[in-house]
Amino acid sequence: METLSVSKKVIPITNYQIPKKIQIENLNLKIGKKHILKDISVSVPKNKITVILGPSGCGKTTLLKSMNRLTDMYPDMEVTGKICIDDEDILHSGTDVTNIRKRMGLLSQRPYPLPMSIYKNIAYGLKISGRRKKRFLEKRIRHYLIQASLWDEVKDRLREPASSLSIGQQQRLCLARGLAVDPDIILADEPTSALDPISSQEIEKKFLELKNGYTIVMVTHVLRQAARIADYVIFMYLGEVIEQGPAYEFFNNPKTEITRAYLRGSIN
Amino acid sequence: MKRGSLNKYYLRKISLKAEEIFFRATMLFSSCIIIFILLLIIYSILQKGLPSLSIDMLTQTPKGGFYFGKEGGILNAIIGSIYLSLGATSLAFIIGLPVALFMNIWLSHKKKLVNSFRFILDLLWGIPSIVYGAFGFTVMIYFGIKASLIGGIVVVSLFILPIMIRAIDEGLKSSSVGLIEASYSLGSTKTETAFKVMMKQCLPCIITAVLLSFGRSIGDAASVLFTTGFTDHIPTSLTQPTATLPLSIFFQLSSPIPEVKSRAYAAALVLTVIILIISLSSRLFTIKYKKNRINF
Repeated sequence: METLSVSKKVIPITNYQIPKKIQIENLNLKIGKKHILKDISVSVPKNKITVILGPSGCGKTTLLKSMNRLTDMYPDMEVTGKICIDDEDILHSGTDVTNIRKRMGLLSQRPYPLPMSIYKNIAYGLKISGRRKKRFLEKRIRHYLIQASLWDEVKDRLREPASSLSIGQQQRLCLARGLAVDPDIILADEPTSALDPISSQEIEKKFLELKNGYTIVMVTHVLRQAARIADYVIFMYLGEVIEQGPAYEFFNNPKTEITRAYLRGSIN
Repeated sequence: MKRGSLNKYYLRKISLKAEEIFFRATMLFSSCIIIFILLLIIYSILQKGLPSLSIDMLTQTPKGGFYFGKEGGILNAIIGSIYLSLGATSLAFIIGLPVALFMNIWLSHKKKLVNSFRFILDLLWGIPSIVYGAFGFTVMIYFGIKASLIGGIVVVSLFILPIMIRAIDEGLKSSSVGLIEASYSLGSTKTETAFKVMMKQCLPCIITAVLLSFGRSIGDAASVLFTTGFTDHIPTSLTQPTATLPLSIFFQLSSPIPEVKSRAYAAALVLTVIILIISLSSRLFTIKYKKNRINF
């Protein structure tokens, strides 16, 4: 079975041997009477790739977006519970929401580069943090473009609009842009769903490289992708967390009937 | 197949064909009429305006009264119109841009409120400009203000404000929520998102909105009739009455004196050329600034 090819050296999170980065306790999210997220309690290990799996419409994206409080955009969403990042409750803390968001880069389902040049796309995050020196900016921009393996493709056309890039390049630009605000977490919402297979592979490869320095949380509904890169899996179904644990255990030794059905492909 | 049904089949085929030919012909006919009328208008403006157009016409104010005087040109109206439109467009832009941004970024979750606001703006867009003029006139009388450039600027900016807001709003509306989310997730505030990201994204739309409003304000006669008045002189302060091109056509065309009439034709030609330049430059600017726009 191909799904078995997961890294075998996974230490179960329950043993508390890996430091936890994000800890969510009893998170509930309602829109009016619709209960979108039901009593979610999960933890995300530090410097690992955590994949949120589940069929469409089960609240994966909402869970991801509540992690950087993009849910604030919709005041009719009623969010209760606790989301702690490094033991700081971000849902209720007095800290500015922009500071919380600067700690997380976001990759969305399709790339949304900013309507400006490639150079300015990355400079934007640095500039709003108050870094304006040209020398510094140029150095950092080069650094982040190399980190997102985009430098060689765009080094001669930094002043061209970001919209002139291919969609795969745009997604890597968004990654570089996200890295430029110096986050420690990367949130990715099906980052490869709009991309061709080769660009998808590049993003996956990038994630595997980046996980040493960043905690990555990725939503996907592609099982194979999850099996390829996940260290830790959170499986959701109809707004509830059904199962969470190391990827190796999740794929080889699912504990619930729903998970088994999902892995067989009979739920979707 | 029965004979009857076969006949029916052919009949249907013929009637479909006839329908096709009929509608094609009517569409062609109406398009031709439109083009013909347009060409006729341009021809009559050119035919009557070109001979009366001269350096004097463009560089002199009317000598001895705009109605009777035989010498002089329409410089007062050209300058007055430009003053008025520039003033009104800038005022409408300063008010309109924040309103449009507010509707789409701060109120983005209150769809019903924003949509009813849009509806009201569309109603305002449809109100004839003479109503704005009359309204402005009433207010000016109440405050004891005489017909003046500032009065005209305020009333005309009220009149073009719905156009300005709705045109910018359409551009903002069509850009995706994903872009706002992307900007937020980089840690930008709402204000930064509005002015650094969304404004850039909608730059072509904003330019179109400004030029559209400018075109409307320079071409409108009714709203300035009571509010700016008419004069032979070039205004030197905001409180003086001001001549405008549309009114210069309106007043001078009714004159029995051919020289005065020719000034009206010249004014019509100048106005047409200004509006033509505006719409052409709006096209050019839109193309130029589209390059940064992210397509969804």
